[in-house]
Amino acid sequence: MFTYILRRVVQSTLILLGISFITFLLLYVLPADPVRQIAGRSATAQTVQNIREQLGLDQPFIVQYFRYLSDLVQGDMGRSYLQKSQVSELIASRLPATLLLMGAGILCELVIGLTMGIVAALRREQPLDQTLMIMSFIAVSAPQFVVSLLLLYVFAVQLGWFPIGGYGTWAHLVLPAVALGIMGSGWYSRMMRSSMIEVLRQDFIRTARAKGLTRRRIILRHAIPNAILPVIAMIGIDIGIFMGGLVVVESVFGWPGIGQLAWQAIQRVDIPIIMGVTLVTAFAVVLGNLLADIITPLIDPRIKLR
Amino acid sequence: MTDMVIRAEADVAEAGPWRRLIRRKLALIGLMLIAVVVIGALFAPLIAPYSPSEQHFEGLTLQGAPLPPGGDFPLGTDLLGRDLLSRILYGARTSLIIGVVANGLALIIGTVIGVTAGYLRGWIGAVLMRFTDLMMAFPALLLAICLAAIFQPSLWIVAMVIALVNWVQTARVIYTETTSLAERDFIAAEKTLGAGTGRILFHHILPHLVPTLIVWGTLGISTTVLLEATLSFLGVGVQPPTPSWGNIIFENQTYFQAAPWLVFVPGFAILILALAFNLVGDALRDVLDPTQRGRN
Repeated sequence: MFTYILRRVVQSTLILLGISFITFLLLYVLPADPVRQIAGRSATAQTVQNIREQLGLDQPFIVQYFRYLSDLVQGDMGRSYLQKSQVSELIASRLPATLLLMGAGILCELVIGLTMGIVAALRREQPLDQTLMIMSFIAVSAPQFVVSLLLLYVFAVQLGWFPIGGYGTWAHLVLPAVALGIMGSGWYSRMMRSSMIEVLRQDFIRTARAKGLTRRRIILRHAIPNAILPVIAMIGIDIGIFMGGLVVVESVFGWPGIGQLAWQAIQRVDIPIIMGVTLVTAFAVVLGNLLADIITPLIDPRIKLR
Repeated sequence: MTDMVIRAEADVAEAGPWRRLIRRKLALIGLMLIAVVVIGALFAPLIAPYSPSEQHFEGLTLQGAPLPPGGDFPLGTDLLGRDLLSRILYGARTSLIIGVVANGLALIIGTVIGVTAGYLRGWIGAVLMRFTDLMMAFPALLLAICLAAIFQPSLWIVAMVIALVNWVQTARVIYTETTSLAERDFIAAEKTLGAGTGRILFHHILPHLVPTLIVWGTLGISTTVLLEATLSFLGVGVQPPTPSWGNIIFENQTYFQAAPWLVFVPGFAILILALAFNLVGDALRDVLDPTQRGRN
């Protein structure tokens, strides 16, 4: 087990290194010149040259990359070109909002998705099951920005139950969390349904029934706990898709998280921020995968370690 | 005689999946929805009441606001007084072109990488699959946005960007299938008979991958359509004036409280197209993939 974890950690580190390299390369070949953006329209060639040297942007690519890496291991992600503050501070100040939204979003997708999946499995092949599965198809096919705008229109503009975007109170959290969770709930309901059907087929369920346990007890104590674990372990793998949704949902609801930070940075070619957010996001994805890989065999001893 | 038997068997095998597919109600609904969108896109010039880029003077109220659905403009008009129905019909072309081209490219990249890694194994396979793992951990939307910002987004560039992001899943699935195929006895037998790598790949491996490719190709169109819409909604996808369902929403978003149809009509169109391909793809998986059969 220890060597398995160690190997996975090494692999994850290599993946992060690879991602940092590719992102750096992509941003290096970006045709938009960040120096021109900083210097402004009226800057002289000399000013532009000075800024370029000051930021080290006149150095060859490989030198720039390794300097970035050596700063990064010391916790320094560089300074934003336009906001003049440390990227690490900008990200740290936005991270709580994003983590809050992510937590609420994951909670939403699990509560909605797992409930749908369990109910569908128990009413298998009946009209309710079919209705729920059609709903799950709709959920995974609905673009998140349309869902966001629809929720905003119905519950904030028309009914006035929730504020129209922004950040601060619990009421601000509800709509973005639901918008973020709906797509995932479609996937989870399908996975939960098949996991549940699989478990209900097992011998120990038949044993439990033979012992004379009530249906209610069999489902709550034996079937659901066994069926739910492999599905929940999927969250780790899911983080990447979730991160994509954050950019959209945060921009629609004006939620001050790292998704919005990244989006503004991309529009202004603020490379250090784009780089920082990409790395933090990739780190979250890799960490999620790593945890899923470590936890899944613990949950289910039948899974062999590779 | 034997020839006839073989042909008869082939007929059954060919007709089988198709019949089983259209017998499924949801798949049939999906196919019909796709047909509607394809017809709308193909015959857009005939069906559309106006040109998609024509700005109508009478398409705006006296205060300059867009018109709600009804009257001369069945789905209303947008902020510039253009007919929304015409723009939606032409937008279907954008979605379908991107869906087919981007997804086709992604399938090709994914298959080449998956088959190469799965058949050759060794260090080439290891490098290719580590690269695939790496791309999987890349935040896809951020990557797509960065790529779209690097290249000036045109229809074809957007298709390419989406392909560069979306090939990963296919590569993984194809890799797994190829490795298990490569270990099967009939491949070993072919090798013993002296078949070259090319022959084995094209005559024995690829034909066995076709069902998987059909399933992933269909499901992938749905992902592609959604990604294109999202990029266009963020303003880094297909650029106006070329209508795309995503950029119609992008252009009119600021006004959506007063003119919700400008957001929800194209939004509904995106949902329908993605849903249709998901329904068909899911049914195809049941029909074509023997490991999934009977699991529902």
